Amino acid sequence: MKNWRQPSILPGFGLTLGYTITYLTLIILIPLAALVVRTASLGWADFFAVVMDERTQLALRTSFGAALIAAAVNVVFGVVVAWVLVRYDFPGRRLLDAIVDLPFALPTAVAGIALAALYAKNGWIGSLLDPLGIKVAFTPLGIVIALIFIGLPFVVRTVQPVMEELDREVEEAAATLGASRFQTIRRVVLPSLTPAILTGFALAFARAVGEYGSVIFIAGNIPYVSEIAPLLIVIRLEEFNYAGATAIASIMLIISFAMLLFINLLQMWSRRRYANVR
Amino acid sequence: MSAETSTSRRFRDAATETPLARYILVAIAVGFMALILLMPLLLVFIEAFRQGIPAFFEALGDVDALAAIRLTLLVAAIAVPLNLVFGVSAAWAIAKFEFKGKTFLTTLIDLPFSISPVISGLVYVLLFGANSYLGPILKGWGIEILFAVPGIVLATVFVTFPFVARELIPLMQEQGTGDEEAALSLGANGWQTFWYVTLPNIKWGLLYGVLLCNARAMGEFGAVSVVSGHIRGLTETMPLHVEVLYNEYNFVAAFAVSTLLALLALVTLALKTILEIRYGEQLSASRKH
Repeated sequence: MKNWRQPSILPGFGLTLGYTITYLTLIILIPLAALVVRTASLGWADFFAVVMDERTQLALRTSFGAALIAAAVNVVFGVVVAWVLVRYDFPGRRLLDAIVDLPFALPTAVAGIALAALYAKNGWIGSLLDPLGIKVAFTPLGIVIALIFIGLPFVVRTVQPVMEELDREVEEAAATLGASRFQTIRRVVLPSLTPAILTGFALAFARAVGEYGSVIFIAGNIPYVSEIAPLLIVIRLEEFNYAGATAIASIMLIISFAMLLFINLLQMWSRRRYANVR
Repeated sequence: MSAETSTSRRFRDAATETPLARYILVAIAVGFMALILLMPLLLVFIEAFRQGIPAFFEALGDVDALAAIRLTLLVAAIAVPLNLVFGVSAAWAIAKFEFKGKTFLTTLIDLPFSISPVISGLVYVLLFGANSYLGPILKGWGIEILFAVPGIVLATVFVTFPFVARELIPLMQEQGTGDEEAALSLGANGWQTFWYVTLPNIKWGLLYGVLLCNARAMGEFGAVSVVSGHIRGLTETMPLHVEVLYNEYNFVAAFAVSTLLALLALVTLALKTILEIRYGEQLSASRKH
Protein backbone atom coordinates (compact mmCIF):
# COMPACT_ATOMS: atom_id res chain seq x y z
CA MET A 1 0.00 0.00 0.00
CA LYS A 2 3.07 2.20 0.36
CA ASN A 3 3.42 2.69 -3.38
CA TRP A 4 -0.14 3.72 -4.01
CA ARG A 5 1.04 7.04 -5.36
CA GLN A 6 4.03 8.21 -7.33
CA PRO A 7 6.33 10.65 -5.53
CA SER A 8 6.00 14.31 -6.53
CA ILE A 9 7.60 17.54 -5.35
CA LEU A 10 4.27 19.40 -5.63
CA PRO A 11 2.66 20.12 -2.26
CA GLY A 12 -0.95 19.87 -1.21
CA PHE A 13 -1.76 16.31 -2.21
CA GLY A 14 -2.98 15.28 1.23
CA LEU A 15 -4.99 18.46 1.72
CA THR A 16 -6.72 18.49 -1.66
CA LEU A 17 -7.36 14.75 -1.86
CA GLY A 18 -8.59 14.73 1.73
CA TYR A 19 -10.94 17.64 1.08
CA THR A 20 -12.15 16.10 -2.18
CA ILE A 21 -12.97 12.77 -0.57
CA THR A 22 -14.59 14.37 2.49
CA TYR A 23 -16.79 16.67 0.41
CA LEU A 24 -17.65 13.85 -2.00
CA THR A 25 -18.62 11.64 0.92
CA LEU A 26 -20.79 14.27 2.61
CA ILE A 27 -22.61 15.54 -0.46
CA ILE A 28 -22.85 12.48 -2.70
CA LEU A 29 -21.91 9.21 -1.03
CA ILE A 30 -23.76 9.47 2.30
CA PRO A 31 -27.05 10.57 0.68
CA LEU A 32 -26.74 7.79 -1.90
CA ALA A 33 -25.97 5.36 0.92
CA ALA A 34 -29.23 6.46 2.56
CA LEU A 35 -31.03 5.35 -0.60
CA VAL A 36 -29.19 2.01 -0.63
CA VAL A 37 -29.88 1.38 3.07
CA ARG A 38 -33.54 2.28 2.67
CA THR A 39 -33.86 -0.02 -0.34
CA ALA A 40 -32.14 -2.86 1.51
CA SER A 41 -34.48 -2.45 4.47
CA LEU A 42 -37.52 -2.81 2.21
CA GLY A 43 -37.27 -6.56 1.91
CA TRP A 44 -37.80 -8.52 -1.27
CA ALA A 45 -41.57 -8.82 -0.91
CA ASP A 46 -42.10 -5.06 -0.66
CA PHE A 47 -39.57 -4.40 -3.39
CA PHE A 48 -41.20 -6.84 -5.80
CA ALA A 49 -44.65 -5.53 -4.96
CA VAL A 50 -43.52 -2.13 -6.27
CA VAL A 51 -41.64 -3.58 -9.23
CA MET A 52 -44.53 -5.79 -10.32
CA ASP A 53 -47.07 -2.99 -9.95
CA GLU A 54 -48.52 -2.24 -13.36
CA ARG A 55 -48.29 1.52 -12.92
CA THR A 56 -44.58 1.29 -12.02
CA GLN A 57 -43.85 -0.92 -14.97
CA LEU A 58 -45.70 1.28 -17.42
CA ALA A 59 -43.98 4.42 -16.05
CA LEU A 60 -40.58 2.77 -16.43
CA ARG A 61 -41.49 1.60 -19.91
CA THR A 62 -42.62 5.12 -20.86
CA SER A 63 -39.41 6.67 -19.52
CA PHE A 64 -37.03 4.18 -21.08
CA GLY A 65 -38.99 3.81 -24.33
CA ALA A 66 -39.34 7.56 -24.92
CA ALA A 67 -35.67 8.08 -23.99
CA LEU A 68 -34.62 5.40 -26.48
CA ILE A 69 -36.64 6.91 -29.33
CA ALA A 70 -35.48 10.45 -28.51
CA ALA A 71 -31.81 9.37 -28.35
CA ALA A 72 -32.17 7.60 -31.71
CA VAL A 73 -33.67 10.73 -33.31
CA ASN A 74 -30.90 12.80 -31.74
CA VAL A 75 -28.22 10.52 -33.18
CA VAL A 76 -29.53 11.06 -36.71
CA PHE A 77 -30.00 14.81 -36.48
CA GLY A 78 -27.13 15.38 -34.06
CA VAL A 79 -24.64 13.81 -36.48
CA VAL A 80 -26.00 15.97 -39.33
CA VAL A 81 -25.76 19.11 -37.17
CA ALA A 82 -22.22 18.24 -36.06
CA TRP A 83 -21.17 17.48 -39.65
CA VAL A 84 -22.57 20.76 -40.94
CA LEU A 85 -20.88 22.69 -38.11
CA VAL A 86 -17.49 21.03 -38.63
CA ARG A 87 -17.29 20.73 -42.40
CA TYR A 88 -19.24 23.59 -43.95
CA ASP A 89 -18.94 27.32 -43.76
CA PHE A 90 -22.22 29.18 -44.04
CA PRO A 91 -23.67 32.38 -42.64
CA GLY A 92 -24.80 31.90 -39.05
CA ARG A 93 -22.63 28.83 -38.42
CA ARG A 94 -21.11 30.32 -35.28
CA LEU A 95 -24.55 31.24 -33.94
CA LEU A 96 -25.87 27.75 -34.68
CA ASP A 97 -22.86 26.31 -32.88
CA ALA A 98 -23.56 28.41 -29.79
CA ILE A 99 -27.29 27.58 -29.79
CA VAL A 100 -26.57 23.83 -29.66
CA ASP A 101 -25.87 24.21 -25.94
CA LEU A 102 -29.18 25.95 -25.22
CA PRO A 103 -30.69 22.87 -23.53
CA PHE A 104 -27.72 22.84 -21.12
CA ALA A 105 -28.29 26.48 -20.20
CA LEU A 106 -32.07 26.86 -20.34
CA PRO A 107 -33.78 25.74 -17.11
CA THR A 108 -35.83 22.62 -17.76
CA ALA A 109 -39.03 24.12 -16.36
CA VAL A 110 -38.83 26.98 -18.88
CA ALA A 111 -38.23 24.52 -21.71
CA GLY A 112 -41.13 22.46 -20.39
CA ILE A 113 -43.75 25.19 -20.38
CA ALA A 114 -42.52 26.55 -23.73
CA LEU A 115 -42.75 23.13 -25.39
CA ALA A 116 -46.16 22.52 -23.85
CA ALA A 117 -47.44 25.86 -25.19
CA LEU A 118 -45.85 25.20 -28.58
CA TYR A 119 -47.40 21.77 -29.09
CA ALA A 120 -50.76 22.37 -27.39
CA LYS A 121 -53.83 22.17 -29.62
CA ASN A 122 -53.85 25.96 -30.05
CA GLY A 123 -50.05 26.34 -30.08
CA TRP A 124 -47.85 27.37 -33.02
CA ILE A 125 -46.97 23.80 -33.98
CA GLY A 126 -49.86 21.99 -32.31
CA SER A 127 -52.43 23.93 -34.34
CA LEU A 128 -50.70 22.82 -37.56
CA LEU A 129 -50.59 19.17 -36.51
CA ASP A 130 -54.10 19.00 -35.03
CA PRO A 131 -55.97 19.01 -38.40
CA LEU A 132 -53.72 16.09 -39.45
CA GLY A 133 -54.95 14.17 -36.43
CA ILE A 134 -51.52 14.26 -34.74
CA LYS A 135 -51.65 15.03 -31.04
CA VAL A 136 -48.33 15.80 -29.35
CA ALA A 137 -49.07 17.59 -26.09
CA PHE A 138 -50.39 15.35 -23.31
CA THR A 139 -49.39 12.16 -25.16
CA PRO A 140 -46.24 9.98 -25.09
CA LEU A 141 -45.19 11.74 -28.30
CA GLY A 142 -44.89 14.98 -26.29
CA ILE A 143 -42.50 13.21 -23.92
CA VAL A 144 -40.34 12.21 -26.89
CA ILE A 145 -40.28 15.83 -28.15
CA ALA A 146 -39.12 17.13 -24.76
CA LEU A 147 -36.43 14.45 -24.55
CA ILE A 148 -35.20 15.29 -28.06
CA PHE A 149 -34.81 18.90 -26.89
CA ILE A 150 -32.87 17.88 -23.79
CA GLY A 151 -30.62 15.29 -25.46
CA LEU A 152 -29.46 17.00 -28.66
CA PRO A 153 -26.31 18.69 -27.28
CA PHE A 154 -25.02 15.40 -25.83
CA VAL A 155 -24.81 13.84 -29.30
CA VAL A 156 -23.50 16.96 -31.07
CA ARG A 157 -20.87 17.75 -28.45
CA THR A 158 -19.62 14.16 -28.30
CA VAL A 159 -19.39 13.68 -32.07
CA GLN A 160 -18.14 17.17 -33.02
CA PRO A 161 -14.59 17.01 -31.57
CA VAL A 162 -14.01 13.58 -33.11
CA MET A 163 -15.17 14.89 -36.49
CA GLU A 164 -12.73 17.79 -36.19
CA GLU A 165 -9.89 15.34 -35.66
CA LEU A 166 -10.78 13.23 -38.71
CA ASP A 167 -7.97 13.04 -41.22
CA ARG A 168 -9.25 14.45 -44.50
CA GLU A 169 -6.46 12.71 -46.40
CA VAL A 170 -8.02 9.34 -45.65
CA GLU A 171 -11.19 10.50 -47.38
CA GLU A 172 -9.12 11.81 -50.30
CA ALA A 173 -7.33 8.48 -50.52
CA ALA A 174 -10.67 6.68 -50.62
CA ALA A 175 -11.77 9.02 -53.42
CA THR A 176 -8.60 8.44 -55.45
CA LEU A 177 -9.11 4.71 -55.06
CA GLY A 178 -12.44 5.10 -56.79
CA ALA A 179 -14.90 5.25 -53.91
CA SER A 180 -17.98 7.37 -54.43
CA ARG A 181 -18.66 10.03 -51.79
CA PHE A 182 -21.43 7.93 -50.30
CA GLN A 183 -19.13 4.90 -50.08
CA THR A 184 -16.42 7.01 -48.44
CA ILE A 185 -18.83 8.28 -45.81
CA ARG A 186 -20.34 4.87 -45.17
CA ARG A 187 -17.11 2.85 -45.19
CA VAL A 188 -14.46 5.36 -44.04
CA VAL A 189 -16.02 8.26 -42.13
CA LEU A 190 -18.85 6.59 -40.22
CA PRO A 191 -16.75 3.72 -38.80
CA SER A 192 -14.33 6.21 -37.23
CA LEU A 193 -17.27 8.11 -35.77
CA THR A 194 -19.10 5.06 -34.45
CA PRO A 195 -17.62 5.05 -30.92
CA ALA A 196 -18.38 8.74 -30.48
CA ILE A 197 -21.89 8.30 -31.87
CA LEU A 198 -22.53 5.41 -29.48
CA THR A 199 -21.20 7.40 -26.54
CA GLY A 200 -23.37 10.38 -27.51
CA PHE A 201 -26.37 8.08 -27.80
CA ALA A 202 -25.72 6.61 -24.36
CA LEU A 203 -25.26 10.05 -22.75
CA ALA A 204 -28.44 11.43 -24.34
CA PHE A 205 -30.32 8.29 -23.34
CA ALA A 206 -29.07 8.35 -19.75
CA ARG A 207 -30.01 12.01 -19.37
CA ALA A 208 -33.42 11.50 -20.97
CA VAL A 209 -34.35 8.58 -18.72
CA GLY A 210 -34.06 10.72 -15.60
CA GLU A 211 -35.39 13.96 -17.07
CA TYR A 212 -38.26 15.54 -15.18
CA GLY A 213 -38.70 19.32 -15.57
CA SER A 214 -39.01 19.59 -19.33
CA VAL A 215 -41.28 16.55 -19.57
CA ILE A 216 -44.00 16.95 -16.96
CA PHE A 217 -45.63 20.00 -18.55
CA ILE A 218 -46.02 18.52 -22.03
CA ALA A 219 -46.66 14.91 -20.96
CA GLY A 220 -50.12 15.38 -19.49
CA ASN A 221 -49.08 12.85 -16.84
CA ILE A 222 -51.94 10.40 -17.43
CA PRO A 223 -51.31 7.32 -15.24
CA TYR A 224 -50.57 4.17 -17.28
CA VAL A 225 -50.27 6.27 -20.47
CA SER A 226 -47.97 9.29 -20.31
CA GLU A 227 -46.53 9.11 -16.81
CA ILE A 228 -42.74 8.99 -16.52
CA ALA A 229 -40.88 7.14 -13.77
CA PRO A 230 -39.37 10.26 -12.11
CA LEU A 231 -42.87 11.74 -11.81
CA LEU A 232 -44.13 8.52 -10.21
CA ILE A 233 -41.35 8.89 -7.62
CA VAL A 234 -42.58 12.41 -6.86
CA ILE A 235 -46.20 11.20 -6.63
CA ARG A 236 -45.21 8.39 -4.22
CA LEU A 237 -43.29 10.91 -2.10
CA GLU A 238 -46.31 13.20 -1.96
CA GLU A 239 -48.36 10.22 -0.76
CA PHE A 240 -45.66 9.65 1.92
CA ASN A 241 -45.11 6.24 0.32
CA TYR A 242 -41.33 6.31 0.87
CA ALA A 243 -40.96 2.58 0.16
CA GLY A 244 -42.57 2.98 -3.25
CA ALA A 245 -40.48 6.03 -4.13
CA THR A 246 -37.28 4.33 -2.97
CA ALA A 247 -37.93 1.14 -4.89
CA ILE A 248 -38.61 2.97 -8.18
CA ALA A 249 -35.55 5.16 -7.63
CA SER A 250 -33.28 2.18 -7.04
CA ILE A 251 -34.51 0.41 -10.17
CA MET A 252 -33.79 3.57 -12.16
CA LEU A 253 -30.35 3.91 -10.53
CA ILE A 254 -29.40 0.31 -11.28
CA ILE A 255 -30.24 0.84 -14.94
CA SER A 256 -28.43 4.21 -14.98
CA PHE A 257 -25.27 2.67 -13.49
CA ALA A 258 -25.39 -0.06 -16.09
CA MET A 259 -25.48 2.73 -18.67
CA LEU A 260 -22.52 4.47 -17.02
CA LEU A 261 -20.52 1.25 -17.10
CA PHE A 262 -21.49 0.82 -20.75
CA ILE A 263 -20.31 4.38 -21.54
CA ASN A 264 -16.97 3.76 -19.84
CA LEU A 265 -16.49 0.47 -21.70
CA LEU A 266 -17.31 2.23 -24.97
CA GLN A 267 -14.77 4.93 -24.25
CA MET A 268 -12.12 2.34 -23.39
CA TRP A 269 -12.92 0.44 -26.56
CA SER A 270 -12.75 3.53 -28.74
CA ARG A 271 -9.52 4.67 -27.10
CA ARG A 272 -7.92 1.29 -27.68
CA ARG A 273 -9.19 1.15 -31.24
CA TYR A 274 -7.86 4.56 -32.18
CA ALA A 275 -4.73 4.57 -30.03
CA ASN A 276 -2.58 4.01 -33.12
CA VAL A 277 -4.31 6.78 -35.13
CA ARG A 278 -3.60 9.63 -32.73
CA MET B 1 0.84 24.47 -62.79
CA SER B 2 -2.75 24.93 -63.85
CA ALA B 3 -3.11 21.20 -64.37
CA GLU B 4 -1.87 20.61 -60.84
CA THR B 5 -4.34 23.11 -59.42
CA SER B 6 -7.24 21.54 -61.23
CA THR B 7 -6.15 18.08 -60.11
CA SER B 8 -5.92 19.09 -56.48
CA ARG B 9 -9.28 20.81 -56.78
CA ARG B 10 -10.80 17.65 -58.17
CA PHE B 11 -9.46 15.69 -55.20
CA ARG B 12 -10.81 18.25 -52.79
CA ASP B 13 -14.19 18.01 -54.51
CA ALA B 14 -14.04 14.26 -54.19
CA ALA B 15 -13.54 14.58 -50.45
CA THR B 16 -16.64 16.62 -49.84
CA GLU B 17 -20.30 16.47 -50.78
CA THR B 18 -21.89 17.92 -53.91
CA PRO B 19 -23.21 21.48 -53.50
CA LEU B 20 -26.80 20.18 -53.59
CA ALA B 21 -26.11 17.67 -50.81
CA ARG B 22 -24.48 20.43 -48.76
CA TYR B 23 -27.49 22.70 -49.12
CA ILE B 24 -29.82 19.91 -48.11
CA LEU B 25 -27.72 18.98 -45.06
CA VAL B 26 -27.42 22.60 -43.93
CA ALA B 27 -31.17 23.04 -44.41
CA ILE B 28 -31.89 19.92 -42.35
CA ALA B 29 -29.56 21.05 -39.55
CA VAL B 30 -30.84 24.61 -39.45
CA GLY B 31 -34.48 23.51 -39.78
CA PHE B 32 -34.17 20.94 -37.00
CA MET B 33 -32.45 23.36 -34.66
CA ALA B 34 -34.99 26.10 -35.40
CA LEU B 35 -37.86 23.73 -34.74
CA ILE B 36 -36.50 22.03 -31.63
CA LEU B 37 -34.40 24.75 -29.96
CA LEU B 38 -35.20 28.22 -31.29
CA MET B 39 -38.99 28.10 -31.38
CA PRO B 40 -39.39 27.31 -27.66
CA LEU B 41 -36.97 30.13 -26.84
CA LEU B 42 -38.81 32.60 -29.06
CA LEU B 43 -42.16 31.54 -27.64
CA VAL B 44 -41.06 32.37 -24.08
CA PHE B 45 -40.48 36.02 -25.00
CA ILE B 46 -43.61 36.39 -27.15
CA GLU B 47 -45.92 34.83 -24.55
CA ALA B 48 -44.42 36.98 -21.79
CA PHE B 49 -45.41 40.16 -23.64
CA ARG B 50 -48.77 38.84 -24.87
CA GLN B 51 -50.68 41.28 -22.65
CA GLY B 52 -48.27 44.13 -23.14
CA ILE B 53 -45.30 45.54 -21.32
CA PRO B 54 -47.10 46.72 -18.14
CA ALA B 55 -48.49 43.22 -17.48
CA PHE B 56 -44.97 41.83 -17.92
CA PHE B 57 -43.47 44.13 -15.33
CA GLU B 58 -46.42 43.71 -13.02
CA ALA B 59 -45.79 39.96 -13.04
CA LEU B 60 -42.10 40.47 -12.26
CA GLY B 61 -42.85 42.97 -9.49
CA ASP B 62 -45.10 40.50 -7.67
CA VAL B 63 -44.02 39.85 -4.07
CA ASP B 64 -43.73 36.09 -4.55
CA ALA B 65 -41.81 36.51 -7.80
CA LEU B 66 -39.32 38.82 -6.09
CA ALA B 67 -38.95 36.36 -3.21
CA ALA B 68 -38.29 33.57 -5.73
CA ILE B 69 -35.65 35.68 -7.49
CA ARG B 70 -33.94 36.43 -4.18
CA LEU B 71 -33.96 32.78 -3.14
CA THR B 72 -32.56 31.65 -6.50
CA LEU B 73 -29.71 34.17 -6.23
CA LEU B 74 -29.04 33.14 -2.62
CA VAL B 75 -28.94 29.42 -3.44
CA ALA B 76 -26.58 29.97 -6.38
CA ALA B 77 -24.41 32.28 -4.26
CA ILE B 78 -23.87 29.42 -1.78
CA ALA B 79 -23.81 26.40 -4.08
CA VAL B 80 -21.49 27.74 -6.79
CA PRO B 81 -18.59 28.81 -4.50
CA LEU B 82 -18.81 25.48 -2.64
CA ASN B 83 -18.47 23.54 -5.88
CA LEU B 84 -15.81 25.97 -7.11
CA VAL B 85 -13.55 25.24 -4.13
CA PHE B 86 -14.27 21.54 -4.48
CA GLY B 87 -13.56 21.61 -8.21
CA VAL B 88 -10.17 23.30 -7.80
CA SER B 89 -9.24 20.97 -4.97
CA ALA B 90 -10.31 17.83 -6.83
CA ALA B 91 -8.54 18.95 -10.01
CA TRP B 92 -5.31 19.66 -8.12
CA ALA B 93 -5.28 16.20 -6.52
CA ILE B 94 -6.37 14.33 -9.65
CA ALA B 95 -4.51 16.23 -12.39
CA LYS B 96 -1.22 16.98 -10.66
CA PHE B 97 -0.59 13.64 -8.95
CA GLU B 98 -0.48 9.99 -9.94
CA PHE B 99 -2.19 7.64 -7.51
CA LYS B 100 -4.18 4.43 -7.49
CA GLY B 101 -7.93 4.70 -7.65
CA LYS B 102 -7.84 7.94 -9.64
CA THR B 103 -10.17 6.69 -12.37
CA PHE B 104 -12.60 5.44 -9.76
CA LEU B 105 -12.55 8.82 -8.00
CA THR B 106 -13.21 10.62 -11.29
CA THR B 107 -16.14 8.30 -11.96
CA LEU B 108 -17.58 9.06 -8.52
CA ILE B 109 -17.28 12.80 -9.17
CA ASP B 110 -19.26 12.42 -12.41
CA LEU B 111 -21.93 10.37 -10.63
CA PRO B 112 -24.50 13.18 -10.18
CA PHE B 113 -24.65 13.62 -13.97
CA SER B 114 -26.06 10.14 -14.38
CA ILE B 115 -28.61 10.40 -11.58
CA SER B 116 -32.12 11.68 -12.22
CA PRO B 117 -32.66 15.10 -10.59
CA VAL B 118 -35.70 13.68 -8.81
CA ILE B 119 -33.53 10.99 -7.22
CA SER B 120 -30.97 13.66 -6.26
CA GLY B 121 -33.74 15.29 -4.25
CA LEU B 122 -35.12 12.00 -2.96
CA VAL B 123 -31.83 10.98 -1.32
CA TYR B 124 -32.00 14.09 0.88
CA VAL B 125 -35.64 13.38 1.74
CA LEU B 126 -34.57 9.90 2.87
CA LEU B 127 -31.63 11.35 4.82
CA PHE B 128 -33.39 14.25 6.54
CA GLY B 129 -37.12 13.40 6.23
CA ALA B 130 -39.56 12.93 9.11
CA ASN B 131 -39.00 9.15 9.31
CA SER B 132 -35.21 9.21 8.89
CA TYR B 133 -32.55 8.93 11.59
CA LEU B 134 -31.18 12.43 11.21
CA GLY B 135 -34.34 14.44 10.56
CA PRO B 136 -35.95 14.21 14.04
CA ILE B 137 -32.59 14.73 15.81
CA LEU B 138 -31.85 17.91 13.83
CA LYS B 139 -35.42 19.06 14.33
CA GLY B 140 -34.90 18.65 18.08
CA TRP B 141 -31.96 21.02 17.78
CA GLY B 142 -34.15 23.46 15.86
CA ILE B 143 -32.46 22.83 12.53
CA GLU B 144 -34.77 22.48 9.53
CA ILE B 145 -33.16 20.99 6.43
CA LEU B 146 -36.04 19.61 4.42
CA PHE B 147 -38.71 21.98 3.08
CA ALA B 148 -36.36 24.83 3.98
CA VAL B 149 -33.48 26.71 2.37
CA PRO B 150 -30.66 24.32 3.52
CA GLY B 151 -32.33 21.41 1.72
CA ILE B 152 -32.65 23.45 -1.47
CA VAL B 153 -28.97 24.40 -1.25
CA LEU B 154 -27.92 20.77 -0.65
CA ALA B 155 -29.97 19.48 -3.59
CA THR B 156 -28.51 22.23 -5.81
CA VAL B 157 -24.96 21.43 -4.68
CA PHE B 158 -25.62 17.77 -5.50
CA VAL B 159 -26.78 18.34 -9.07
CA THR B 160 -24.09 20.94 -9.88
CA PHE B 161 -21.35 18.99 -8.10
CA PRO B 162 -19.21 17.90 -11.12
CA PHE B 163 -19.34 21.06 -13.27
CA VAL B 164 -16.16 22.89 -12.19
CA ALA B 165 -14.13 19.73 -11.50
CA ARG B 166 -14.88 18.18 -14.87
CA GLU B 167 -13.84 21.39 -16.63
CA LEU B 168 -10.57 21.72 -14.70
CA ILE B 169 -9.36 18.11 -14.52
CA PRO B 170 -8.68 17.64 -18.27
CA LEU B 171 -7.31 21.20 -18.56
CA MET B 172 -4.82 20.75 -15.70
CA GLN B 173 -3.88 17.32 -16.97
CA GLU B 174 -2.98 18.84 -20.35
CA GLN B 175 -0.90 21.53 -18.64
CA GLY B 176 1.16 19.03 -16.67
CA THR B 177 3.27 19.95 -13.66
CA GLY B 178 6.27 21.65 -15.31
CA ASP B 179 5.28 25.25 -14.45
CA GLU B 180 4.63 24.41 -10.81
CA GLU B 181 7.89 22.47 -10.48
CA ALA B 182 9.79 25.46 -11.92
CA ALA B 183 8.12 27.85 -9.45
CA LEU B 184 8.86 25.56 -6.51
CA SER B 185 12.48 25.10 -7.54
CA LEU B 186 12.81 28.90 -7.70
CA GLY B 187 11.75 29.10 -4.07
CA ALA B 188 8.01 29.76 -4.19
CA ASN B 189 5.94 28.06 -1.52
CA GLY B 190 2.84 25.97 -2.27
CA TRP B 191 0.28 28.78 -2.00
CA GLN B 192 2.41 31.18 -4.06
CA THR B 193 2.77 28.52 -6.72
CA PHE B 194 -0.97 28.05 -6.82
CA TRP B 195 -1.86 31.78 -6.83
CA TYR B 196 0.78 33.03 -9.25
CA VAL B 197 1.34 30.03 -11.51
CA THR B 198 -1.56 27.59 -11.52
CA LEU B 199 -4.48 29.98 -11.11
CA PRO B 200 -3.50 32.26 -14.04
CA ASN B 201 -3.16 29.12 -16.18
CA ILE B 202 -6.61 27.83 -15.36
CA LYS B 203 -8.60 31.05 -14.87
CA TRP B 204 -10.59 30.88 -18.12
CA GLY B 205 -11.33 27.20 -17.70
CA LEU B 206 -12.42 27.96 -14.14
CA LEU B 207 -14.73 30.73 -15.34
CA TYR B 208 -16.13 28.37 -17.95
CA GLY B 209 -16.95 25.77 -15.33
CA VAL B 210 -18.44 28.38 -13.00
CA LEU B 211 -20.70 29.67 -15.81
CA LEU B 212 -22.14 26.22 -16.49
CA CYS B 213 -22.40 25.46 -12.78
CA ASN B 214 -24.25 28.72 -12.13
CA ALA B 215 -26.69 28.22 -15.02
CA ARG B 216 -27.62 24.81 -13.69
CA ALA B 217 -27.75 26.02 -10.07
CA MET B 218 -30.20 28.81 -10.90
CA GLY B 219 -32.26 26.66 -13.24
CA GLU B 220 -32.46 23.36 -11.34
CA PHE B 221 -36.01 22.13 -11.08
CA GLY B 222 -36.44 18.42 -10.34
CA ALA B 223 -34.13 18.02 -7.35
CA VAL B 224 -35.18 21.32 -5.78
CA SER B 225 -38.85 20.54 -6.38
CA VAL B 226 -38.61 17.37 -4.29
CA VAL B 227 -36.96 18.99 -1.25
CA SER B 228 -38.58 22.43 -1.36
CA GLY B 229 -42.05 21.80 0.04
CA HIS B 230 -43.32 24.59 -2.25
CA ILE B 231 -43.95 27.18 0.45
CA ARG B 232 -44.85 30.32 -1.46
CA GLY B 233 -42.55 33.24 -0.82
CA LEU B 234 -40.27 31.08 1.35
CA THR B 235 -38.98 27.97 -0.40
CA GLU B 236 -39.88 28.67 -4.00
CA THR B 237 -37.02 29.26 -6.41
CA MET B 238 -37.67 30.86 -9.80
CA PRO B 239 -38.16 27.56 -11.70
CA LEU B 240 -40.59 26.34 -9.02
CA HIS B 241 -42.44 29.64 -9.15
CA VAL B 242 -42.75 29.25 -12.93
CA GLU B 243 -44.38 25.85 -12.38
CA VAL B 244 -46.86 27.20 -9.83
CA LEU B 245 -47.85 30.14 -12.03
CA TYR B 246 -48.25 27.85 -15.04
CA ASN B 247 -50.41 25.40 -13.13
CA GLU B 248 -52.58 28.33 -12.00
CA TYR B 249 -53.09 29.19 -15.69
CA ASN B 250 -51.31 32.50 -15.05
CA PHE B 251 -49.41 32.07 -18.31
CA VAL B 252 -48.23 35.67 -18.77
CA ALA B 253 -46.64 35.70 -15.32
CA ALA B 254 -45.17 32.21 -15.83
CA PHE B 255 -43.54 33.27 -19.08
CA ALA B 256 -42.49 36.65 -17.64
CA VAL B 257 -40.47 34.93 -14.89
CA SER B 258 -39.26 32.49 -17.56
CA THR B 259 -37.81 35.35 -19.62
CA LEU B 260 -35.38 36.10 -16.78
CA LEU B 261 -34.24 32.47 -16.77
CA ALA B 262 -34.07 32.46 -20.59
CA LEU B 263 -31.95 35.64 -20.46
CA LEU B 264 -29.67 33.91 -17.97
CA ALA B 265 -29.33 31.05 -20.47
CA LEU B 266 -28.57 33.43 -23.34
CA VAL B 267 -25.98 35.37 -21.34
CA THR B 268 -24.38 32.07 -20.30
CA LEU B 269 -24.21 30.90 -23.91
CA ALA B 270 -22.82 34.25 -25.09
CA LEU B 271 -20.08 34.34 -22.43
CA LYS B 272 -19.28 30.69 -23.09
CA THR B 273 -18.92 31.37 -26.82
CA ILE B 274 -16.73 34.41 -26.17
CA LEU B 275 -14.51 32.30 -23.91
CA GLU B 276 -14.26 29.60 -26.57
CA ILE B 277 -13.34 32.11 -29.30
CA ARG B 278 -10.96 34.37 -27.37
CA TYR B 279 -9.40 32.02 -24.86
CA GLY B 280 -9.92 28.67 -26.60
CA GLU B 281 -6.24 27.85 -26.18
CA GLN B 282 -6.61 28.12 -22.42
CA LEU B 283 -9.61 25.80 -22.20
CA SER B 284 -9.48 22.02 -22.16
CA ALA B 285 -9.13 20.35 -25.57
CA SER B 286 -12.78 19.38 -25.85
CA ARG B 287 -13.80 23.06 -25.55
CA LYS B 288 -11.54 24.39 -28.28
CA HIS B 289 -13.31 25.26 -31.48
